[in-house]
Amino acid sequence: MLATSPRLRATVLRVAQAIPVVVGVVIISFLLTRALPGDPAVYFAGVAADTESIEQTRVAMGLDKPLLQQFFIYVGDLSRGDLGQSLSSGRSVAEDLAKRLPASLELTLSALLLAIAIAVPLGVLAATRPGTWVDHLCRVIVTAGVSLPTFFTGILLIYIFYYLLGVAPSPLGRLDFIYLDPDHVTGFYLIDAALMGDWETWRGAVRQLILPASTLALFTLAPIARMTRAAMLTALSSDFIRTARAAGLSSRTILYRYAFRNALLPVMTTLGMVFSFALGANVLVEKVFAWPGIGSYAVEALVVSDYAAVQGFVLSMALLFVALNLVIDLLYAAIDPRIGFSSK
Amino acid sequence: MTKVLSVRDLAVTFQTRRGTVDAVRGISFDLAKGEILGIVGESGSGKSVTSYALMRILDAGGVIKAGDATYSGTDLRRASERDMCDIRGREISMIFQNPRAALNPIRKVGHQIEDVLRQHARATRYDARAKAIAALEAVRINDAEARYNAYPFELSGGMCQRIVCAIALACDPRLLIADEPTTGLDITTQKAVMDLVRDLIRERRMSSILITHDLGLAAQYCDRIMVMKDGMIVEQGDPLQIFSAPQHPYSRKLVDATPRAGETVRSLLPPGDRRKELVPAISDQPLLEVRNLTKTYAGKSGPVHAVKGISFAVNLGQCVGLVGESGCGKSTTSEILVRLMDATSGQVIFDGEDIAQVPARSFAKDPRRADIQMVFQDATDSLNPRHTARQTIAEPLRRLGGIRGAKLTARIEELAALVGLPLPLLDRFSHQLSGGQKARVGIARAIALDPKFLILDEPTAALDVSIQAVVLNLLVDLRAKLGLSYLFVSHDLHVVRLLCDHVIVMKDGEIVEQGAAADVMSQPKSDYTKSLLAAAPKPPERR
Repeated sequence: MLATSPRLRATVLRVAQAIPVVVGVVIISFLLTRALPGDPAVYFAGVAADTESIEQTRVAMGLDKPLLQQFFIYVGDLSRGDLGQSLSSGRSVAEDLAKRLPASLELTLSALLLAIAIAVPLGVLAATRPGTWVDHLCRVIVTAGVSLPTFFTGILLIYIFYYLLGVAPSPLGRLDFIYLDPDHVTGFYLIDAALMGDWETWRGAVRQLILPASTLALFTLAPIARMTRAAMLTALSSDFIRTARAAGLSSRTILYRYAFRNALLPVMTTLGMVFSFALGANVLVEKVFAWPGIGSYAVEALVVSDYAAVQGFVLSMALLFVALNLVIDLLYAAIDPRIGFSSK
Repeated sequence: MTKVLSVRDLAVTFQTRRGTVDAVRGISFDLAKGEILGIVGESGSGKSVTSYALMRILDAGGVIKAGDATYSGTDLRRASERDMCDIRGREISMIFQNPRAALNPIRKVGHQIEDVLRQHARATRYDARAKAIAALEAVRINDAEARYNAYPFELSGGMCQRIVCAIALACDPRLLIADEPTTGLDITTQKAVMDLVRDLIRERRMSSILITHDLGLAAQYCDRIMVMKDGMIVEQGDPLQIFSAPQHPYSRKLVDATPRAGETVRSLLPPGDRRKELVPAISDQPLLEVRNLTKTYAGKSGPVHAVKGISFAVNLGQCVGLVGESGCGKSTTSEILVRLMDATSGQVIFDGEDIAQVPARSFAKDPRRADIQMVFQDATDSLNPRHTARQTIAEPLRRLGGIRGAKLTARIEELAALVGLPLPLLDRFSHQLSGGQKARVGIARAIALDPKFLILDEPTAALDVSIQAVVLNLLVDLRAKLGLSYLFVSHDLHVVRLLCDHVIVMKDGEIVEQGAAADVMSQPKSDYTKSLLAAAPKPPERR
């Protein structure tokens, strides 16, 4: 492909760089699951199995073949979109993931949006008014956010809002049993319910989502707010802000068009990292709120050495990270004109 | 004479962690219509703070404590913030040093000009583009239409300064404050920018304040000069008078320290300190010989020829000046000579042996490492902030000299005495030292192992002139005392003239001229050398 502009070429190059990463991810997810302790054949053959039936299970699972051959079978299956059968749930892994991944993503994304909506304005306010109560509030929230573990804040929120005040619904999954699941379109209940025009279900889904999303948001908010504050302080003390002030630009223009857009660059980088933290923290939050997400699925699969399920989980998570980093990099390049020239 | 600006007893203080600092202590001056006033002073004199106070754009913690500043009947100290916003950019504008940092890095320069035009209602959404391009043309930018879409990082320093000028002048202000507008620019660019600014000021009949540390530059472009020290005006008058008969001891010191034609390095110092110059012994034998040196980098758009086959020699005891503008290859050359970089081809004969054969990576283990040392440009950045001066000087002694214990202490103290660094300062960290003291530490480190050859990479570029005068004299003394040979890399022709016996002028990786310093400076042969000499500020000669 002959890219005409350097920007376009840099973009294409960046997308192409994701390919070897994906290949590496496939190899590592395969090797990693094989390196796990425990013998799945023993587990799935059952408690009463003798050596012979274990061996039969092993052959049935294809685990007797050499590692390289197993890998090629795995890659062949992958190329057809077949992630294998989950031995614990009995369904195909692809099906399980398709059902559970949107649940996790819905939780993580709404938590992240909530965190951004609070943290970015808070950071900007703290930076423009250093030493005032806003700044101190920002510091308190940031400290609390990083020092309280998610399982603790989750339980605390349940205790206050469900048990003591009774304003929140019972923390049991994505939707109370009185509602029907919306038709599966995207798997995001909020979107699917809105598409159906079923606002009652939509409200029900929001009510379920608020507590776990807040728990996760509280955790992700801290680094975003801290980074926004620091980036804004750096931007505001730059020489070009002085030029803008000397040219008589209004404080609004200076704050948003000059300082904030420049501060956005480090904030964006932080956002990518925070998203990955959030996916990790998800596992605990899902457990506390009985959220039928991918995190709890993976933990269960791991306990029983369910190769295909663990492999599928690792692979989908890794692909998610690759995609996310790609998006962040491309966004960064869209904001910062220097990208694509800097390595000259 | 109509007054544009009138300042009375202006005092500015800064609230810092260590208490209140008086940056400006009651200064008074007037500025007439059409006048260009120069404010000259060294760092910390309060000259920039004065201008920020007039614009009311002081950094956090800064406040106008007393006094008045009146611009065309407006009280700048008491005007509302809204009124100040209208005054800034439309009535009073500013241009700054370090032009590339002074522009928003992620906004097209054309849009930055539009922002100002639209803020002051000089353009609508529909004609902003055309007016911005006109503003670019006003500062004589070629192909303004294309430059409109450029980002600051795509433009040269001189071009960026023109954009900053375009922003400042877009709304036809009546007063332009230029804060060190050419610091960090090449000498020919400096002249081009200063000439442009002066022409625009004269054309538009504006008044202007030029803030600079360079007395020579101020003398050339200003109608009147004001010398500031420690937040006070010590003297003001017309440039010729200040140069020929400075009244205040401090302005006398500044005038003395400004390098110019017909002076010696000793005459930069106050009269009391002018000891007799030691005469260095210069031999005919070359210590270092460079033959056909080339350096080619792999660039994105093909190879970059940084150095294109240069040859020269440095004799034992000689000081050779290497002059040129940014990108001429002088830094590459000095890095190859100090063996931090490998040449693409060519020979570097040092003491009869070709040291270009030894790769830069393993030269640290070479016994000749101690013989070739370097003094770096930025005295602050080239010192480890976590090391005391003592540790910094001890580093080469310990690593290369293997000196330990009492001998080490004795040698460090001997070196400190040699470079004039008071012993109690040895245990300070670099941020606790002044610029001149840091320069001394850097020099002590370089001469710690009795090198034969020193490469001085603009060692005084970041220093105030009075400190530059002291450091240059120190270098001259050390050369004579220790029998050193120097390669003095600089863009300041006056300094080179003072210090060097032989001068090499480089341009685009090639040597365009070389010869005895006095000859090259007085009868340059190449057009490039002539243009460099013409661009250098010419302070009036002392009578």
